[in-house]
Parts: sequence; structure tokens; C-alpha cells
Amino acid sequence: MTIAKLLLVDDETAFLDAMARRLKKRDFDVFTAPSGMDALDVLSQNGEKIEVVILDVKMPGMDGIETLAEIKRKYPLIEVVMLTGHATVSSAIDGMKQGAFDYLMKPCDMAVLVEKVNTAASKKRQQEEKIIEARMKAITTRRA
Amino acid sequence: MNPKDIARKAYYHPLRRNIILIIIFVSFIPLIVVSSGILFQMHTIYQEKVRMHLETLVKKHKQNIDHFLVERQNNIAFLVDEYTYDHLSKSENLAALLHKLQGTYGRVFSDIGVVRADGEQVSYAGPYLLESAQYNDAEWFQAAFQADTYTSDVFLGLRGFPHFIVTARRFENGQPWILRATVDFLAFNDVVENIQLGQTGFAYIINQTGALQTRTAGRPVLEGRTYQELFRESDRLSEEDILSVIRQDSSGSELIYVAGMLKDNHWALILQQDKRDAYQDLNRTRNIAILVFGLGGIAIITMALVLSRGMITRIASADQEKEIMSQQIIESGHLASLGELAAGIAHEINNPVAIMVEEAGWIEDLLEDEAFRESESLEEFKRALAQIRKQGIRARDITHKLLSFARRSDSRVDQVDVNDLIKEVVSLSAQQAKYNNVEIDTRLLERLSAIRASQTELQQVLFNLINNAIDALDKQGGTIEVKTWQSSHSEVRFHVRDDGPGIPEANLHRIFEPFYTTKPVGKGTGLGLSICYGIINKMGGDIVVSSKVGEGTCFEVRLPVNAPEPSNENAAADKSYKP
Repeated sequence: MTIAKLLLVDDETAFLDAMARRLKKRDFDVFTAPSGMDALDVLSQNGEKIEVVILDVKMPGMDGIETLAEIKRKYPLIEVVMLTGHATVSSAIDGMKQGAFDYLMKPCDMAVLVEKVNTAASKKRQQEEKIIEARMKAITTRRA
Repeated sequence: MNPKDIARKAYYHPLRRNIILIIIFVSFIPLIVVSSGILFQMHTIYQEKVRMHLETLVKKHKQNIDHFLVERQNNIAFLVDEYTYDHLSKSENLAALLHKLQGTYGRVFSDIGVVRADGEQVSYAGPYLLESAQYNDAEWFQAAFQADTYTSDVFLGLRGFPHFIVTARRFENGQPWILRATVDFLAFNDVVENIQLGQTGFAYIINQTGALQTRTAGRPVLEGRTYQELFRESDRLSEEDILSVIRQDSSGSELIYVAGMLKDNHWALILQQDKRDAYQDLNRTRNIAILVFGLGGIAIITMALVLSRGMITRIASADQEKEIMSQQIIESGHLASLGELAAGIAHEINNPVAIMVEEAGWIEDLLEDEAFRESESLEEFKRALAQIRKQGIRARDITHKLLSFARRSDSRVDQVDVNDLIKEVVSLSAQQAKYNNVEIDTRLLERLSAIRASQTELQQVLFNLINNAIDALDKQGGTIEVKTWQSSHSEVRFHVRDDGPGIPEANLHRIFEPFYTTKPVGKGTGLGLSICYGIINKMGGDIVVSSKVGEGTCFEVRLPVNAPEPSNENAAADKSYKP
């Protein structure tokens, strides 16, 4: 059992590779996508498994914010950590307003990233549990 | 003087000259036209008036003199009509008559006598011994016997004293005889000499040959010129035979002559006056006018000089301002393109640096594996990798600062609630604060007025101030107080206060300068506060710092509720560079 299932989205493939390798070494199950569109494809194939998406804000084509909106629309339970090269917090704040879990500045400290991903994953699991509980409750109350 | 000043002088000098010339021209032309017109009119009218006056005077005196002469004539004519030749040829009778005449008319008649056709004076009464005098050769004699009455010119005669005579002719037994009376010259002279006019005006009488008939008290008169000659060119001849003319005399001064004919055109009464004297009032008026004109002219010229100098100064300062402004625009353009360049470089460098750092991290990860555990150089590898990561992070910080420095895309002005913004930024900084053992205390005024400002810019300011405060406390821990309040409806105030070590007095005035930093190399770019300063300034607010070493530092910001709209994006962005 891996710690968590991740999707890493960044247009810079060298960065993507390095990050993927390092995260895999830390026992994460890592998927990668070089663009927003690819990320959505990956999610549609492995939708249920992926718990956390690490998303670069600045990408050609569909950018991070648009991708985030799309992910949140389709998979509201998946937590997204924004990764920004921008010093400005504005885009990160925009992202958080749209439901991103947190943001990180690139290049980021691996320990911090791991911690963020873990908390995001556990939040997701908690929410899923709550949903399950709620469903069970609904079922039990219906029985009663 | 540098070439620029010379060029400027060459530009302003003709400009000023033109302004002066235009002012003078425009002011003087009407002044000259009006005043010369009025002066000319006045001159003409006054000349007319003077001439009229002189002519009236001459006319009056001419009548007087004519009257005097006619009266004398009548006196004598009366005597010859009243008395017979026999009666008058007796000297004692004449003496009685002379006495009577003098009793009635004063000393007008000085003597009286009867002269026969052969020229002998048969009887005489008077102060001279002229009984039996012979007048055959006298000039007047022939003329006197030609007419019933006769008045002679002035002559010296037998007595050697200027006088003239009045005669009346009668016939006794077919033989003509005349009664001759001498008019006292002094008495006659007074009639004319009493006519005085101004300083130089006086009257005299000349006969047809130009000989003076009255005294002139030594004053210069027309000599050797008959009045016909003088008045041949007379420009006017009034209905009563009054002539007037202006002539230059030998000394060059102009004289006015007005003449009235006397004694059936044998004599002329001439009133002579220096033109300057006659026109004295006119000249005085003209002089006053010239004086006023001159003073007015001086005033106009002074005004033109002063006004033009003022205008040129204004124009020059406006030009200079314009020049400075265009200089600033050029500079801001430089800075803008510099900023864009910096942003581009930062973006391009950021990704490779990120990759390098990650790859270094990957090697670190691999070093954890068993296979490398025993390597001799393990510690050295770790040190080198740590250094790579450290320098990577340093490069990242620099690129981030550069990006925020160059950033200008999002300065949209919006309604901003400063309290909300502070809460947001404080929550974002909370992690770092906790890490540094810092407590952030917010004391926000409820119902704070929303201000018109750029949300992201204000965020940047707050971030910078709070991060600076956290840095200042430097892991020793402490408290940061963020407080909002309002002193009036038109402005919102907040401060960020820390209880850190404070800023020494010497550094305090430099902290808003760009690239000024006290942080160790690699820790700060020295741009944060200057960016804050620029942003606050652009919003029309101000930021002040107060600090005491050992007690802490406080940045207080004042923001107007309605910020002025930035005139254009570029100029506004430019300002944010400069404190």
C-alpha cells in the first residue's frame, strides 16, 4: 500500500521526471501529465485511485487555474496542491479560492511537499469516510 | 554656460523681443494716432481762434483809429464851415479856437494855422513861431490843395518833431486856402501804442511806403517792407479788409501779422505778435500732452519689459517642467523594459533551477540507499548536495523577487476591505510565523471603510511588511501587532508593529531606497520596502516608519478611501520603483 496516489502536472518534463522519481522513492504512487488536458485524461482513466493532484499554475494551453476548476468540477473530492513559479501570491490565492488545498513555491522543499501531500490525502480520506458514514447513516435511518 | 543654456537663450531672446515689440506696437499705435489727431485738431482750432482774436482786435482798433482820424478831420472841417477866411486869418481868433479845441478834446491838437495857395501861412496859433511860414516845398502841401480834406503822413516838418497834419480846403474869391491843424503825435501814438498783447504783441501803423507812423518803443518791426509787399501773399482777406499772414523774421522766429487798412488804404494798422507767444497756451497744452505721452510711453515700455520677463520666466519654467517630465517618461520606459527583461529572465531561470534542485534532491535520496552507505565520500557528497540545494533556493529567491519587482499586470483598482486582506495575509503568513515562534496579533476596527485600491498590490504591501517583521524577530520570537483604525471618513490607517531589535537611526532614512538591505548577502534584495513605498504612493497614501533600537519598529500606512486614478499604466508602474 502506497502512502498516497498522486498526479503530478507540469509542462517542464525534466522537472516532472525528477519529482516523480523522488516521490516514488518516498513510496508515493505517482502519475504524471505534461499539460492540463493530459491531466484530465489521466484522471478520467484512473479517476477513483488518485487522491492528490500537484498542479503547476503556469502552463501553456490550459493553465493551472483552468485545470483546477475543471478537476474540482468533475472530481470534487480530489485535493489539489498548487505549485507556482510566481512570486505573487495572487494566483495561488485565486487557486485557493477555487478550492485548492494549498500552494507551494517552485522549487520546493521535498519535506514540505511530502507533508502537504500527506495532509491533503488524509483530508480526502476523512471526507470520503464522512461521506461513507453519511451514506450508511442514510441507509440505517431508512431502514429504521 | 553650457551649450544647452546658449540654445535656450537663443530661443527665448527673440521670443521676448517679439513680445516686447508687439506690446509696444499695439499700445503705441492707437496712442499716437489718437493723440496726434487730437493735437492736430486742437492746433488748427486754436490757430483759428488766435487769428480771430487778433483780427477782432485789429478791427476794433482800426475802427477806433479811423474814428479818431475822421473826428479830427471833422473838427477842422467844422471850423472852416463855421468861420470865414477873414475870421480865421487872424491869429488871435485861431488862438481862441485852439484853446477851445484843446479844452474839448485834450491836447490832441497842438497847433492850428491857415495857409494860402501860395504856401504862406497867414495865421497861426500854437507853441511854435510859425507865422508866415512857407509850406510851398512841404510834401503835404500839394496834396492838401488837391482835396477838400486831407490827412498827412507823419513827418518831421519845420519843427523837427514827428507829427502829422489834418487840413480842410475852402475857396475865398476863387482862391483856395486851407486850415491846417497838427495832431499831437503823442496823443495819437498812445491810441496805438496802448495795444499790447501777451509778451510780444504790439501794434503800429505804417504808410504805403512802409514808413512807421507810430512809435514802437524800439521793438523790431518790418523794416523797409510795405504792407502791400507783406500782405501780397496774404492767405486770407476778411470782409472788413483785415489781412493776416505769418512770416519769419530775420532772427528766424515766426511772427503773425494782422493788418487793417486805415485812412482809405493809405495807412495800415499792423498787429504783430510772436507766434510762440500767441500760441503759448497751445504750446503749453502740447508740451503737457507730449509729457503725458512720454510718461505713458515709458510706462508702456516698462510694462512690456516686466510683462515679457514674467511671461518668459513662466514659459521657461513650463518648458523645463515639460523637459523634466519627458525625461521621467523616458526613464520610466527604461525601467519598464528593464522590468520586463528581468521578468523574462526570472521565468526562464526558475524552471531550470527547480529541475537542478530536484535532481540534487534525487541524488540525496539515492545516497540514502544501502549501497552508498559505506562510501568514504558520503559526507562530502551530502555537503555538496546541500550546497547545491541551498544555492538553488537562493537563485529561486532572487528570481521571485525579480518577478514581483517586475510584476505590474494586476493593478486593477477595486473596492478593497483592508480588514479582510489583513486576515487573508496573516493566515498565509501564520505558518512561517509559527515556525519563527512569532505571534501575530490583529486588532482590526470593525466596519472599516472599504477603499479603492488594487487588491494584489495591497496584499504585496502587507506581505512585505509582515514578512519583514517576522524576519526582524529572527527566531527569537515575539509579537507582531497589525492594527487598523480610521481618523476620518476619507482615509484608512493601519500599522504593522513588531517588538524586535529596531532599526538604528542611521539606517532609518534609507530603508525605502531600492536595493538597500541590511540582511546578509543572499537573504534580501532590498526591494521589498521600496516596492511598498511605490505602491502606497501611487494610491495617494503614505507610509512612515518609526523605530527605536531595542523596542521595535512600526510601519504606519495611511490610505485614502478614494485613491486617485493613475493617469496611465506605465507612469503608475514606474512610480512603484522609486521611493
